[in-house]
Amino acid sequence: MAEPAAVRPAAPWRTRLAPYRAVLASRVRAQRSYRVSFALDLGSSLLVGIVELAEVWILFHNVTVLGGMTFASIALVFGIADMAFSLADLALGHCDRLPTYLRAGTLDVFYLRPQPVLAQLVASDISLRRLARCVVGAAALGYGLTAADVRWSAVTVLLLAVTFVSGWAIFAALFIWAAGLQFFLVNGAEMTNAFVYGGRYAATQPGRVWPGALKVVFGFVFPVAFAAYLPVLRVVDLPSPHPFPAWAGWCAPVAAVWAWAAALACWRWGMRHYQGGGG
Amino acid sequence: MSSTPIIEADRLTREFVRRSRAGRLGRTRTTMTAVDEVSLRIDPGEAVGYIGANGAGKSTTIKMLIGILVPTSGSVRTCGLDPVRQRRTLAGRVGVVFGQRSQLWWDLPVRESFGILAAIHQLPAAAARSREQELVDQLEMAAFLDTPVRQLSLGQRMRAEVAAALLHGPELVILDEPTIGLDVLSKQRLRDFLLAERARHGTTLLLTTHDMGDIERLCERVLVLDRGRMAYDGSLAGLGRTVGAQRVLVVDLAEAAPDLRDVPHTRHLASEGHGLRQRLAFDAEQTTVPRVLAEVSRRADVRDLAVEEPDIEDVVRRIYATRR
Amino acid sequence: MRALVRTYGRLLVSGFHEASHYRLAAFAGLVANVTFGFLKSAVLFATVDASGGHLRGYAVGSMSAYVWLSQGMLGLVNLSGGHELGDRIRTGDIAVDFARPVDLQLCYLARFVGARAFSLLPRGLPSVAVGALVVGMAMPSSVTPYLLGLVSLLLGVAVSFACVYVIHVIGFWLVETRGLQILYMVVSGFFAGLFVPLPLFPGWLLAIADATPFPSVLMTPVDVLSGRVSDVAAVHAVLLQVAWLAGTLLVGRVLTGAGLRKLEVQGG
Repeated sequence: MAEPAAVRPAAPWRTRLAPYRAVLASRVRAQRSYRVSFALDLGSSLLVGIVELAEVWILFHNVTVLGGMTFASIALVFGIADMAFSLADLALGHCDRLPTYLRAGTLDVFYLRPQPVLAQLVASDISLRRLARCVVGAAALGYGLTAADVRWSAVTVLLLAVTFVSGWAIFAALFIWAAGLQFFLVNGAEMTNAFVYGGRYAATQPGRVWPGALKVVFGFVFPVAFAAYLPVLRVVDLPSPHPFPAWAGWCAPVAAVWAWAAALACWRWGMRHYQGGGG
Repeated sequence: MSSTPIIEADRLTREFVRRSRAGRLGRTRTTMTAVDEVSLRIDPGEAVGYIGANGAGKSTTIKMLIGILVPTSGSVRTCGLDPVRQRRTLAGRVGVVFGQRSQLWWDLPVRESFGILAAIHQLPAAAARSREQELVDQLEMAAFLDTPVRQLSLGQRMRAEVAAALLHGPELVILDEPTIGLDVLSKQRLRDFLLAERARHGTTLLLTTHDMGDIERLCERVLVLDRGRMAYDGSLAGLGRTVGAQRVLVVDLAEAAPDLRDVPHTRHLASEGHGLRQRLAFDAEQTTVPRVLAEVSRRADVRDLAVEEPDIEDVVRRIYATRR
Repeated sequence: MRALVRTYGRLLVSGFHEASHYRLAAFAGLVANVTFGFLKSAVLFATVDASGGHLRGYAVGSMSAYVWLSQGMLGLVNLSGGHELGDRIRTGDIAVDFARPVDLQLCYLARFVGARAFSLLPRGLPSVAVGALVVGMAMPSSVTPYLLGLVSLLLGVAVSFACVYVIHVIGFWLVETRGLQILYMVVSGFFAGLFVPLPLFPGWLLAIADATPFPSVLMTPVDVLSGRVSDVAAVHAVLLQVAWLAGTLLVGRVLTGAGLRKLEVQGG
């Protein structure tokens, strides 16, 4: 008979991650086995990316400068933001199934396992089809880097790299934030679309055009403005809109930290509500 | 056998607040007590049945034992641990079978589910393999080990669920309605397996069920929950006695005789074969089998006899009735 | 005839009632609609300004009307492609629907219109109200645009239903309609002018859009209500909606008949 877990010494990282790897590997295998439907999913994902880029492109078909930016610079913003969002969606998009689990009572199964419930939810699936959408973001990014007036230097490269990772983290946090709220919303799940998909939309916009309220919401509360727009302003040497200071473009990691802190707090709040602790 | 109980609950209470829509605009808050000051103690190695009507609070109690729900008041310790604060440690020591919810991965073969569970509980490879083999043999799962879970019959799925719950060798196994919907043969096999498992590994069993056959076959002790409160905690036989349910003496007479209606402290239930076999119900508190037998023998020659215990369904119904 | 009206009237009301239980979902939709409305406004107003205050016939006021009317309509029309019909066909429950004495397609249409009509209260009207009060929008002052607009709105809702119906009826032959559904969600919104008003489209893209029924779902009702398209042109647009509705309903009916025959042959 296997020893109870309490008696074994703390396992090394590789074994600790093994359960998550096991589930994810099986999900990847399962998705790849349904060839035709996976191909269709990839196709429709690609189309979503194309349509979203087209929406931006159509605007610039009518004007040459919007919010102080040319199409090339906006393509750069779009590229970074959309790619970061697609990859975050790939890793965490399935968390929006939480209301279904709550209604069916199947979330309880996660409590039977010796891992944190959130980690199990996040590692329970992976949406490979989002990779197709990344292609669109990558294309826009490539175009933007070549066509926009980029001030190239080692610092620029560093800024872009840091921004991309932070952008992914910010969007990932939004998915978790939304999941935490589902404990309260259940049937009102669509409300979180406002900041998850609204956030994606906002991240690809030139933030200068926003009225004050939007700047507060998408600049400081759900800080998607830091995921691409503000950093790109630094890269193409454009001024930051009020109230963001010039160095705001470097603060993507700070925004990511804030987003994760808020998201984890929201998740804990939601779990406490589900379990009935604290009244 | 250690002296620390494997489950210890002290005045465990759980309330739910329901907001109901009264009329068009009004909303009233009602507090409903699902579990009301339940105290119990289960020692390692016991096999306990947990019964009660639907909505009596059994599932809520179980959720508090595992750490899914936080008690409103009172305390509970499972395997010596606080289920909410030490949930993850506890998960390695408890196995749970939810009859209605599956722990397995729906579209994966059973074998793969076991592999993932072994990784989840960080079982050493060799130990996991041998344990899995043991379970597969005992539960006769070899035939469908490579079938996706969604294609299994209910009986097969329940066996796989039980194996999944036992894979990591827990000290305590909680089964929530495990035999619901199963045919008689499957129920029998599952019960036999649980008995054998307990004999082999000394696993403690806590079983909620509506099927009295499960209780009779598996459990020595019964807890009856009625509307959140513990109505009875003791042995199965004692349960019948407590409620005053009646045992039945079935006598086969040497020759047919008229109905024996005048035997003291008994009630004549039925006669078969023109009085060749007669059924007499008697209250175990008021008289005993030998005394009834003596009285019957004075009236007729008894060739053979049998004693029937009270119908458990009847007993449980009486408990609810007496508490109203 | 009167019995027919009564039956479908009853279906309409039942759809309305059913939707009234999902008030939280409707409010959630409102929050999402309004957020996107503000984001759309910001970017589209900037575009109009960057174009010197006039863009393809839009000024800021009329652009605002477009934004908030289109957001308000999201609760009414079905641009997501989801519908219970898909599940019913997949599980085979559709056989029960066929056994009923009401026409399948029209039955679902009536319930859909009823359910969506409900969403006007918690979702549609408040979205427009937020836009009107917070941002301000230019709306016509005469009555005709509103009356014709209401008709156009109803037609738009019906056309969106008819399209979604076709997608799910294909489920009689395809095992998985999910891919088709996602495709619909992506393409329909775009060509309906949901995120960028159609007049801003380059000529060739507009031609493609006009080859689909989607402009009739959203763009036409918004144009008529906001008064951007008026008088004869408005009537033309509405007639075009009617034509699309007839066409898509017809395709749906043909497919339903074929599907029913397939079910009968298989022994449903």
